[in-house]
Amino acid sequence: MGFILAQALTGLSNAAALFLVASGLSIIFGVTRIVNFAHGSFYMLGAYIAYTTMSMLPGIIGFWASVAITGVAVGLIGVVVELVVLRQVYKAPELFQLVATFGVILVVQDLALLTWGPEDLIGSRAPGLESVVYIMGEAIPEYDLAIIALTPVVLFAIWYLFNRTRWGILVRAATEDREMVGALGVNQSWLFTGVFFLGSLLAGVGGAIQLPKGGADLLMDFSILSAVFVVVVIGGMGSIPGAFIAALIISELNVFGVQLLHQSTLVLMFVVMALVLIVRPWGLLGKPEKPGQHGQVGELARPIAIMPTRGKWLFAAMLVLLALLPVLDDSFLLVLMADIIIFSLFATSLHFLMGPGGMVSFGHAAYFGGGAYAAALSVKYMGAPMEIAIMIAPLIAGCLAIIIGWFCVRLSGVYLAMLTLAFAQVLWSIVFQWGEVTGGDDGILGIWPSEWASDGVVFYYLVLVVGSAGILLIRHVLHSPFGYGVRAGRDSFVRSEAIGINVKLMQWMAFAFAGALAGLAGGLYVFAKGSIFPDEMEIARSFDALIMVLLGGVKTLSGPFVGASTFTLLQDWLSRFEYWRLVLGSMIILLVILFPQGLVGFARDKFGRLINVRGEDHA
Amino acid sequence: MLNVQSIDAYYGQAKILHGLSLNIQQGEVVALLGRNGAGKSTTMKSIIGIVPPRAGRITFRDREIAGIPTHSISQLGIGYVPEERRIFASLTVLENLEVGRQNAVDGLQPWTHERLFEIFPNLAERRNNLGGDMSGGEQQMLTIARTLMGNPWLLLLDEPSEGLAPVIVEQMAHTIQDLKKEGLTILISEQNLHFADLVADRAFIVEKGETRYEGTMVELESNEEVKDTYLAV
Ligand SMILES: Nc1ncnc2c1ncn2[C@@H]1O[C@H](COP(=O)(O)OP(=O)(O)OP(=O)(O)O)[C@@H](O)[C@H]1O
Ligand SMILES: [Mg+2]
Repeated sequence: MGFILAQALTGLSNAAALFLVASGLSIIFGVTRIVNFAHGSFYMLGAYIAYTTMSMLPGIIGFWASVAITGVAVGLIGVVVELVVLRQVYKAPELFQLVATFGVILVVQDLALLTWGPEDLIGSRAPGLESVVYIMGEAIPEYDLAIIALTPVVLFAIWYLFNRTRWGILVRAATEDREMVGALGVNQSWLFTGVFFLGSLLAGVGGAIQLPKGGADLLMDFSILSAVFVVVVIGGMGSIPGAFIAALIISELNVFGVQLLHQSTLVLMFVVMALVLIVRPWGLLGKPEKPGQHGQVGELARPIAIMPTRGKWLFAAMLVLLALLPVLDDSFLLVLMADIIIFSLFATSLHFLMGPGGMVSFGHAAYFGGGAYAAALSVKYMGAPMEIAIMIAPLIAGCLAIIIGWFCVRLSGVYLAMLTLAFAQVLWSIVFQWGEVTGGDDGILGIWPSEWASDGVVFYYLVLVVGSAGILLIRHVLHSPFGYGVRAGRDSFVRSEAIGINVKLMQWMAFAFAGALAGLAGGLYVFAKGSIFPDEMEIARSFDALIMVLLGGVKTLSGPFVGASTFTLLQDWLSRFEYWRLVLGSMIILLVILFPQGLVGFARDKFGRLINVRGEDHA
Repeated sequence: MLNVQSIDAYYGQAKILHGLSLNIQQGEVVALLGRNGAGKSTTMKSIIGIVPPRAGRITFRDREIAGIPTHSISQLGIGYVPEERRIFASLTVLENLEVGRQNAVDGLQPWTHERLFEIFPNLAERRNNLGGDMSGGEQQMLTIARTLMGNPWLLLLDEPSEGLAPVIVEQMAHTIQDLKKEGLTILISEQNLHFADLVADRAFIVEKGETRYEGTMVELESNEEVKDTYLAV
């Protein structure tokens, strides 16, 4: 009994930080409609800054003052991000703002590395709360109890702020109808900035109070992000009490899950999330997102014309160029181009889902990595030859997409997107935690192409043929009756249903199709690298795909290719530098500010058809 | 007080207003008449800055306001009451009023809850109800009251009588007369000539984004030809 109580209390104290970060994310999303991916980075900064301030300010007062100072400092950092980055792109399509927040993640990672170094930092214990109290014979850290007591205070403070102050009322009104709030004389820009301050402050405080329990390290940003997304999905987007309840559920689940099923706490988290979503698709306390309402992440793409003859010639010319590449006899170049082709296929499959399908996936790496692992595992355990393994990859990835898609297409907009990310994290955690089968962190090594394809040039041709076939297939499907059905469903749900299109079924099939082709890309990728690691399924990989699609431009079909080339080349070139994340992140932010329509969209708008030609053969 | 000089306004590429002009003197109630889709709402959105004009000028109390942000236009003393009402559904009546509150511009007697509840007695009883739970008529009252909390000189009322029961429409006409007595200047858009007759001094008729007629209500009433051309359904 005492043991259970002790566990429950540990769970409660873990919930505090999770709740703080999740509520911050929710608040920012509610008003600005920006899913701030950099929120995990603010949490990480909170832990690091608190480490520094706590080492400078001794004693009980010093400790709690540090927490407060950290909150304000991180809040101000949030304000800087809002003013310098996001304010420039509020007018851009909403999705595009996400890319800017990815850039911020990269920049913060390197700034933290520069400032605090690569070592994990261990926070000292909170002065005055170093010892334990015994409850029913179990030792409970005093600090845990202090945090447990703090959480309701924070919850009340947030409630008070939003319900009893003018600022809070304005924020709630802006959550419903920003434009009307402006017409009533309120300057929304400062409201946004204030919201960013508060949301970032909460994340910073979350990082600070977590420091004595968990320390500070450079992986905190992504690790909290997946938990936070699960919390927000379960609790309901934009609901503070929902975030509170969900944070409690998840934290308790983790604590007790470890006892029951050592390794699979993350899987357990997923099961609970799935159960909640079956019963309540919008989360425990969330409200449905009305179609067409502000804040839908999906955006309407311009109708994509059947490729004009000119376009066909360009495409053919490009293939010829790529096919001639081995003439240069540069094996590095071939490896790089193979990567670009693989990522183009990956990005094109995501583009299919996002542009024509109108469904944004934050977790597309699940299928890329899923295909890659399927291929690698079939080689490792069944001795499958490369040819079979590459065929298995899209099949398994497609099956995963069918299962995950079943849950996701019940939702729309940002809920759908968050859910895809949560599922991707689950797959990642299975791969990561199930070491006996997948090799866990060590990955699977020695997956090489068949004898006939082991030569670099031959393998390059294989990638070129399979990759462009995949891309052409996506294009082809887009202009099939199925493709038109999918687009019709995106443009008008009601009208499509009325003319007898089963929109949800179409979306589900589109999901599976996109997943399968991402899996195909993953299958090629394993053999290109000879190995596979869980990283390929991580959030960061999903974000790469999003950046490629958005950088290229959602509205154009050549976008994914241009985006994948630009991004891969940039990354290849920059990874020589020690602080390449800083540079890449800054460049991404700059690109977003300069080209809010994406590179191809920009070229088309600015220079019309002329540059479109160049845009096409640029890669 | 307000002078709109040949403005052009667009939604994306679609040009909706073609050199539209109108003017309002202090203390007047002016009706903006025209059929469905004539451009009445767009005119109001242009004035308040939601759809800023791409050509032409708008001056309010001798200040150029075309092109400045919506919230600044509102702060200068123009209150906008949208056609769709746009009540904050999850906020209570009092909270809705709070969002609209602005300091009084010089020389106006500031609106308080008490004064508003005198004019809109229904709202007083429902002050702690959620905006989303109110009837259509109550929401129309609330949206006007909310805008009045900003202490505007000029009120832009977009089809206040639309979709209301006849009794409520009559009540609305009285309310507008009351507001006029309080010294407010009002621009009201209407399809319903009868309602405009009850409240307005002068009228402009819009058709396809242009002003086609300007005159007093009395003149308009006697001009069968204009009524037939622009207003007959
Ligand atoms: N958001 C919009 N985007 C594109 N076109 C619009 C939009 N709103 C209105 N329009 C078009 O602009 C034209 C003028 O519309 P407006 O709403 O100003 O007319 P109105 O005179 O207020 O009509 P009603 O009496 O129906 O309110 C119409 O043709 C309408 O279809
Ligand atoms: Mg209208």
